[in-house]
Amino acid sequence: MRYMDTKDFIARLVAVPGVSGYEEEIARLISEAFKPYCQEVRTDNFFNVYGRKTDGHSENMPKVMIAAHMDEIGLMVTDIDEKGFIKFTNIGGVDPRILLGQEVEIHGKEKLFGVIGAKPPHLQQVRDTRKAVKMEDMTIDVGLPADRVREQVNVGDTITFVSPLVELKGGMISAKSLDDRAGVAVLLETMKELDELRFCADVYFVATVQEEVGVRGAVISTYQLTPDIGVAIDVTHGDMPDAPRDETFAMNKGPVISVGPNMHLCLTQKLIDTAKEYGIAHMIEVEPGPTGTDARAIQISRWGVPTVLIGLPLRYMHTTVETLNLDNVKQAARLLARFIASLKEDWNQWLSY
Amino acid sequence: MKELLKKLTEAYGPSGNEEVIRDIIRDEIKDYVDEIRVDTLGNLIAVKKGNGVKVMLAAHMDQIGFMVTHIDDNGFLRFTRIGGISVGNSINRRVVFKNGVTGVVSYDGDVDRLSDIKLDKMYIDIGASNREEAEKEVAIGDVAVYYSPFTENNGKYVSMAMDDRVGCALLIETARRLKSSPHEIYFVFTVQEELGVRGAKTSAYALNPDIGIAVDVTGTGDTPKARPMAVKLGGGPAIKVKDALVLAHPRVKELMVKRAKELGIPYQMEILDAGGTDAGAIHLTREGIPSGVLSIPCRYVHSDSEMVDAGDIENGVKLMLKILEGEIDIF
Amino acid sequence: MAELLKQLTEIGGVSGDEGRVRRLIEKEISPFVDDVYTDRIGNLIAYKKGKNSSKKIMLCAHMDEVGLIISAIQEDGTLKFRTVGGIDPRILVSKRVLIGENVCPGVLGIKAIHLQEAEERQNAVRVKQMYIDIGALSREEAGQAVRLGDYAVFDSKYVEFGDNKVKAKALDDRAGCAILIELMKQEYDNDIYACFSVQEEVGLRGAEVLGYSINPDIAIIVEGTTCSDVPDVEQHLYSTEMGKGPAITIMDATSYASKELVDAFVKTAQKEGIPFQFKKGATGGNDAGRIHLAREGIKTATVSVPCRYIHSPSSVMDLNDYNNTIRLLSTFLKGCGL
Repeated sequence: MRYMDTKDFIARLVAVPGVSGYEEEIARLISEAFKPYCQEVRTDNFFNVYGRKTDGHSENMPKVMIAAHMDEIGLMVTDIDEKGFIKFTNIGGVDPRILLGQEVEIHGKEKLFGVIGAKPPHLQQVRDTRKAVKMEDMTIDVGLPADRVREQVNVGDTITFVSPLVELKGGMISAKSLDDRAGVAVLLETMKELDELRFCADVYFVATVQEEVGVRGAVISTYQLTPDIGVAIDVTHGDMPDAPRDETFAMNKGPVISVGPNMHLCLTQKLIDTAKEYGIAHMIEVEPGPTGTDARAIQISRWGVPTVLIGLPLRYMHTTVETLNLDNVKQAARLLARFIASLKEDWNQWLSY
Repeated sequence: MKELLKKLTEAYGPSGNEEVIRDIIRDEIKDYVDEIRVDTLGNLIAVKKGNGVKVMLAAHMDQIGFMVTHIDDNGFLRFTRIGGISVGNSINRRVVFKNGVTGVVSYDGDVDRLSDIKLDKMYIDIGASNREEAEKEVAIGDVAVYYSPFTENNGKYVSMAMDDRVGCALLIETARRLKSSPHEIYFVFTVQEELGVRGAKTSAYALNPDIGIAVDVTGTGDTPKARPMAVKLGGGPAIKVKDALVLAHPRVKELMVKRAKELGIPYQMEILDAGGTDAGAIHLTREGIPSGVLSIPCRYVHSDSEMVDAGDIENGVKLMLKILEGEIDIF
Repeated sequence: MAELLKQLTEIGGVSGDEGRVRRLIEKEISPFVDDVYTDRIGNLIAYKKGKNSSKKIMLCAHMDEVGLIISAIQEDGTLKFRTVGGIDPRILVSKRVLIGENVCPGVLGIKAIHLQEAEERQNAVRVKQMYIDIGALSREEAGQAVRLGDYAVFDSKYVEFGDNKVKAKALDDRAGCAILIELMKQEYDNDIYACFSVQEEVGLRGAEVLGYSINPDIAIIVEGTTCSDVPDVEQHLYSTEMGKGPAITIMDATSYASKELVDAFVKTAQKEGIPFQFKKGATGGNDAGRIHLAREGIKTATVSVPCRYIHSPSSVMDLNDYNNTIRLLSTFLKGCGL
């Protein structure tokens, strides 16, 4: 595992099921991946994974929490009809329009392959094809009669999409769940970068659970850690032909640093200064309120935590073809590692308001 | 159970005004527990001491209601909602205040279609001729609840406030029948759940249990042309998988299923798309508390006539007892 | 007193950028308290030890105001923005703003009426269509005056007018901040923590931290609240009325006030002959929403000064209501036998 290439690591990560609330398996994988690079790795009662990496011996080291979420959006079985077709609901934000014709895996007693059926155009009126199909009108076909389905599948079983990683041109990759397994890859890359640097901090790399349903893993993990500084790594919107220019980011200009009330002013400035000092290309995203990431929970935990947010531009977020520039994973890790290395013993003097 | 449920559902206790129902519950449970106290927000916390796992059971005492915001010159009362009061469930219903004053809820006459009615176009009529007369009986801030008697038919109980007096009844009955348990069990009757699971948040913080199980109602999918939902009345207590506020902890859910199977009772797995319970607040407290929900299937939730099945309640009590009497070895 | 209100309301302090407000408050309040410090999210806490120190009382007002944040600088030198906190986009049209530390002036223009089609005027302008003009004619020129993430506030001066009325921006909740400062000039039996919170307008975020950190016995939130006693609003939807005194909240969207505290306020007001009203309706939320649920639960209530047109450049308050709010709270804190 030790010198696994980033692309292979991400390919492995996205292949393991881990819908919000059901992260046990992906947590095990990540825990194993963290072990070679951390002094300690532990998992809590909700399967948040904590990898601790520390280098300083000073009394006054900042405790830094860096979070990326490992849960993915998916579906859940709500019913099995008399013909053996499976009805379902969503876990996290799933656009029903991505579902027709999708291949899925149902995690019952065993893993069952299925397809979300799409009525062929021959059998539809033209006007019907103009309206999006609702999730409650869709079913999953597993090719078995009802009694066999019921032996294997129960209401409440989770369903993940089948969408293995594909390499596109220009160093771009496409897969499901790059939100935020790519962020988890950044955590691992940062550990590797830190192995080459001296730093003075007690760093906890946290793969959080249940971000997609309300940043829940971040709430409880931050409470457990009581960090001095918090960093969230998540994805942000990459530029797409049909999206407004001023709300999306180029795919080849580096990671995105967020600015706004959810982020600590001085700490964010330090991150930006670090990027400039090391010639790391980056962009600025302005967020007017609590962000849709773990940062929103981290900042207001207990006595408050100065927080920053780094985003990887991602096209087609929350589809099975999320698309990312691999180089940004490396750049984000370089930025983070240098940022951590820049924290000295006087960290709490410049950090106060 | 029927008598207890009747007493509890007919009692006054809208969110923020739980004094009456709290006293009744305290009276019902006091002989079966070691200590009782009431906290800052008004949660009733009763404990049966033990050395094992610290278990927090939660059922909310509060019900939805109508709060008076204004009394007009002609003695009509304007109101706002306490919890999930809907227009459809309120039109021309009878309501009653804590002091016994009754009234009728209706809407402004200049409305064309029922679907246009919003809460601020509705009023309560207590039959007063003018403001002075009305002010003798009610004040701004007073809260009314549905006026709705408890009835039974075909083994189904119907009343207002089954949500969540049925949960309270289940906990009281559990405390009464519990012979022995290795665990330390907190029976928490929470306040203000209908306003956003508020009481559960602070009581869970204070107790910091090892595991939390909320007992509340859930909807069903077994009425004509109902929105699809696998739960039905009479299908047994429901073990929650997910709702809007919580994904039941897999270990807690598995434990509940295991005990239900050992008992041989009917049970159902429950997914509720909209709506949440006290478990939503409990599980995110402090360092995170593995939590689940034991749900009682209920038709017509948040109306004045919520319907539950007697067998589901009895099996729910049995399931809870089995969980408490056995090992709780989730980690 | 008016000078304090003037300074507080004219200063810029949008959610996330409360530094200037904080520094002003710290300067004004320090002579009257035993300790002042800033916490990790930017809340300012001023502590005054009581004569008996039996109870820990928290007073809370928020420093932040609603405003705008610059989200893009366009090729042609105009600026795109997002709203911070709840702003009705319709009030933005044809207003002036001040941007950033350098208070760079900008305007929110709209296509001249001569150039509009009749139907265009029927539709409200949406934020996505709007832009701020600072007079720059290119991205480079604009970039010298403003940066991404700079905040913009309404350009609105404090004016006394009419019958003892005040017009200003940010009365919600600089009026509350001013009230807290006035209250801290007096002596009390109990320990008082005057807390000036951040980021109330974007989700009660500073309050979440304050509740946990201070964990008082009692918390009183002082706000500037909605007052819509204006034409075209039905009486039962006024929320509060101008001139009828401080408004006591029974319940709002984020909390149900402690009955004990509400009764105590009412008794105090009645005894001292201070006019008061109840806030009608249960709309709106404030820091009480997070504070009352901190830790094991905190007895909390909210007292507000009625303000017309909050969240706009020209909100209006009655100075009598303002003074009566100070009287009510000061009397309560001194003699209520908490």
